[in-house]
Amino acid sequence: MARISGIDLPKHKRGEIGLTYIYGIGRSTAQYILGKAGIPVDKKVDEWNDKELTDIRTIINDEIKVEGSLRSEVQLNIKRLMDVGSYRGIRHRSGLPVRGQRTKNNCRTRKGKRKTVANKKKVTK
Amino acid sequence: MSRSLKKGPHIDIKLEQKVFKMNDGKKKTVVKTWARGSMISPDFVGHTFAVHNGNKFIPVYVTENMVGHKLGEFAPTRTFRGHSGGKDKGGK
Repeated sequence: MARISGIDLPKHKRGEIGLTYIYGIGRSTAQYILGKAGIPVDKKVDEWNDKELTDIRTIINDEIKVEGSLRSEVQLNIKRLMDVGSYRGIRHRSGLPVRGQRTKNNCRTRKGKRKTVANKKKVTK
Repeated sequence: MSRSLKKGPHIDIKLEQKVFKMNDGKKKTVVKTWARGSMISPDFVGHTFAVHNGNKFIPVYVTENMVGHKLGEFAPTRTFRGHSGGKDKGGK
């Protein structure tokens, strides 16, 4: 079983895809890693031998920020924005979209589930 | 799209000169400015700017962390007081 930086990689997938299960590694980074280690992209995760595995591990360790450290870096960046009191920080604080999207409707990812407000009773004339 | 690196950061020329003058004279006065798009350069740290938000001037004290941001980011142009008929009854 291939276990890299605390993540179990799927056995039956191609190496290029399997590596993307690690947070911080996408397709292009995966291709870069495999290219540097000299492993064909199409080789399944199962078929890597021990040497190849250690090669991959050292490359990831030395060059790429993944998982916990990457997550904490992102959190720190957000925290800096909030502390400094910039517009983006305020948007993060209030849980609204940060990059100028519309908020009249949509943006449910940021706002969470709809909270319906009971509509006001109409005054009958 | 981000700004071309060739041009370097946009810093309002007049504002920058005022800051230089203050740095030379070791003075610190509040500078009124409309240059919301101006980048905060490292020279600005420690000064207070009164940044226009379209209505009035918002005092912005520049700290180390703000370098690289733009002045307008710290002077919000909109005020949102919450929706009508929300939890807090009685409006404003």
